[in-house]
Amino acid sequence: MNEEKIRQYGDELYECFVARKTVPPLLEREPDITLDDAYRIQLRFIERRVQAGERIVGKKIGVTSKPVQDFLGVFRPDFGQLTSGMVYQEGDIIDLGTLIQPKAEAELAFVLKHDLKGPGVTAMDVIRATDYVVPCFEIVDSRINDWKIRIQDTVADNASCGVYVLGKTKGDPRKLDITLAGMVLEKNGEVHSTGVGAAVQGSPANAVAWLANTLGELGIPFKAGEVILSGSQSALVPVVDGDELVCTVGGLGSCRVKFSGRSAVSAPARPPEGGALPPPGRMSRSDRRVVQ
Amino acid sequence: MSGEAIQSNELTLSREDIVRLSERVEGAQTRAYAIPKLTDEYPAMTIADGYAVQTELRRRYLAAGHRLVGWKAGLTSKAKMQQMGVNVPSIGFLTDRMARPENSAISTADLVHPRVECEVAFVMKKDLHGPGCTREDVLDATDYVLPAVEIIDSRFSGFKFDLASVIADNGSSARFVGGGRARYVEELDLRTLGVVMEKNGEMVAMGASAAVLGHPAEAIAMLVNILADMGEHLPAGSFVMSGGITEAIPVKPGDSVIARFQELGSVSMRFV
Repeated sequence: MNEEKIRQYGDELYECFVARKTVPPLLEREPDITLDDAYRIQLRFIERRVQAGERIVGKKIGVTSKPVQDFLGVFRPDFGQLTSGMVYQEGDIIDLGTLIQPKAEAELAFVLKHDLKGPGVTAMDVIRATDYVVPCFEIVDSRINDWKIRIQDTVADNASCGVYVLGKTKGDPRKLDITLAGMVLEKNGEVHSTGVGAAVQGSPANAVAWLANTLGELGIPFKAGEVILSGSQSALVPVVDGDELVCTVGGLGSCRVKFSGRSAVSAPARPPEGGALPPPGRMSRSDRRVVQ
Repeated sequence: MSGEAIQSNELTLSREDIVRLSERVEGAQTRAYAIPKLTDEYPAMTIADGYAVQTELRRRYLAAGHRLVGWKAGLTSKAKMQQMGVNVPSIGFLTDRMARPENSAISTADLVHPRVECEVAFVMKKDLHGPGCTREDVLDATDYVLPAVEIIDSRFSGFKFDLASVIADNGSSARFVGGGRARYVEELDLRTLGVVMEKNGEMVAMGASAAVLGHPAEAIAMLVNILADMGEHLPAGSFVMSGGITEAIPVKPGDSVIARFQELGSVSMRFV
């Protein structure tokens, strides 16, 4: 894909982000779009946000569970950029009016105390470089009509990143079993779904190591102080005005988030054709559909 | 599972029917063959009828020299309860003949279509009596908790049944393996224990313990209250399984299974 088109799609997604509207999937309009093209479009999208005054504060890792990878027909995660405009503090109320078709997912976030530069980074290096981990919510959002995403669409759209909230209980990964720590997601006081760290690439540290190596190939290091959202351990939860979600990581603590207002598009009543993204803990055969 | 909500909970079966059905279930359990669900012949069967058959089945096993070692709760996830149209779990009894040691080879020749699920198990140090048993009562009466794998095996064709039939079939109980690490409940958050089940080295199911009624001790409290309805109690020393955290995964000869629990270690077994 030529530079002009990369720029055009990156600008289009940025304009959708600003105006809170959606566009048809890129793959429908550009059947030959590659993953490489998609990451270049993402860079342009983020470049526009940075030009408008935001800073890059970290990374998010997506598509980390086997059911979601099978659904999207890929064999590795993807990533997006976290910017200063996406940050909420625990206790803040998230204004849905700033989002398009938001859904929440519960994750473990890593904050680094040392730089980490691939290639050659292992999960052990990740633990060594980690200052602390915290439970967090990522509120994903899509600038693509009805979440009808394929891997190229979500990558170009900054891995469908919306906003995120870090919990306040910091844990040392040397004192916590991040692989077997349970994840309980409650919605309005009731258990909505449960998960476990291992749902993310066998361990959240594996996902962070993957990204360190992937970025390393592009010459980009993780910097001390950066936040890395390691990938969803819960089902995707559509949120509306008045909803309150709590995620609790076993042995660590909780992150609580409230929502108010109305998003630009309410989440589709029924999943789009081809089905909705499956939750990470569901491993049954019926979910192992390879689309594409 | 399939089936419609059963509203009535009156005993409808005659004593003769109860004995006949318990013999039928015992035959299917002992000789490992599938039978049609009992409600095909007795469409009006209620939950009370199911427990009457289960109680008769238990009486027969104990008379044959089996030892009652504890109980299990089933249908403990909200999804399963909604599917069966109930708001309480079901229960079944456990005998010494169903126990298998950790890390052993478990025969499938004497099972119909076994499936495995991960559970938190409780061992009691005090008697518990319902009605009105609470989560706090359960925690107070618990000696320790440990990780367990339940091997369930519905004796009904195609694992298709309704609530009355599955209760009569002792909640699909077949085998169980306790193991891992015994822990005091005071030292754990029993809501947030993460669990991963691996079959032949691949993760096949995962979750956290809150998947069981929000807290596994809640399932034990409900079990004690169901026992009270039947005029019974949960004695000290009982081994009690609180219900599947993960979905049930089919197993066959050659499969190797390991259940890994946060804070509780792991339980492994292989099937031959």
